[in-house]
Amino acid sequence: MSKLGIITKGLIKENPTFVLVLGMCPTLATTTSAINGLEMGLATMFVLILSNIVISAIAPVVPDKVHIPVYIVVIATFVTILQLLMQAYVPDVYATLGLFIPLIVVNCIVLGRAEAFAGKNSVGDSALDGIGIGLGFTLSLTVIGMVREILGSGAIFGWKFLPGDGMLAFVMAPGAFIVLGYLMVLFNKLAKK
Amino acid sequence: MDYIIIIVSAIFVNNILLAQFLGICPFLGVSGKLSTATGMSGAVTFVITLATVVTYLINRYLLVPFGLEFLQTISFILVIASLVQMVEIVLKKISPSLYQALGIFLPLITTNCAVLGVAITVVTKEFTFGDSSHMLSLGEATVYALATSVGYAIAMILFAGLREHLAGNDVPKAFKGLPIAIITVGIMALAFLGFSGMV
Repeated sequence: MSKLGIITKGLIKENPTFVLVLGMCPTLATTTSAINGLEMGLATMFVLILSNIVISAIAPVVPDKVHIPVYIVVIATFVTILQLLMQAYVPDVYATLGLFIPLIVVNCIVLGRAEAFAGKNSVGDSALDGIGIGLGFTLSLTVIGMVREILGSGAIFGWKFLPGDGMLAFVMAPGAFIVLGYLMVLFNKLAKK
Repeated sequence: MDYIIIIVSAIFVNNILLAQFLGICPFLGVSGKLSTATGMSGAVTFVITLATVVTYLINRYLLVPFGLEFLQTISFILVIASLVQMVEIVLKKISPSLYQALGIFLPLITTNCAVLGVAITVVTKEFTFGDSSHMLSLGEATVYALATSVGYAIAMILFAGLREHLAGNDVPKAFKGLPIAIITVGIMALAFLGFSGMV
């Protein structure tokens, strides 16, 4: 597969949200607005790229029997680094995303890529895979966030273009499921063509 | 009184699946059949309660006294992973029938974010009771974990029931499978929204 192909497959063909349906918890919980979705996507991408690089580098020497615990420790280490960095430099973003930053550890996308790609491929390719899947995840979260923000508060990236409060349900829990469901339908329709 | 508030709020108002979005992956994965949904709920209840008690104690008597709170994420996930493994070995020995019933769901629970989510929530969040708020005590944390898993089980079993009916219906092609299921969860969440403001 070409280098560019590794990056672009994460966007459509193996889109983590709409095609692989992985990492649903942060997808639903943090997409109350476009900017929140974007931030969550970038945070996950940070962990994804770094853990992919380290895991692909150590994979040849890790005994097969303990590879999952080892991968989890690597991922948890990068999540802790991310937590400390965010607390230091962007405390308000950290406060908004809250619980879902430590929960990147159990995000199936990260462990899934480690298992399915980084464990078997070179360091360079794994880094590209992290970038590709990370971009796909960020893009999906931003799109879901945008739709929910437009419907729920009549704004886009914080810029309000409709008067009034909008349909509050879309910013709350039910809207997350409904918007995700309909976007998946749309994605199915467009991707199948 | 505090205990009642914790229980009602954890089961209905802040339902872990429908309001907090924790543990969605296994929720969508195993809710296709009522029997597997019940099995998964049982396993989750068991592990969440046990893991919360153990991580609570570790945090209280090991991490906090030595100023190691930054190790919460990494130590909790290791504790949960080894706990799941241990539960598996013990169950296999003392209750093979229960072990059989839970089957594949036990090892899967390590990556269920509801477990880590509840463990982190009880040690970091202040809970509000009327006008005052405080961190949970060990007893309250255990009750919270148990009530949360009951909420998980209720949502999971209700949804599995709905989904079994959904399977026989004629839905448009693009909606087939997960999309229609997710939209159904949305409508369920809308119903659970009615509980907000209860406590």
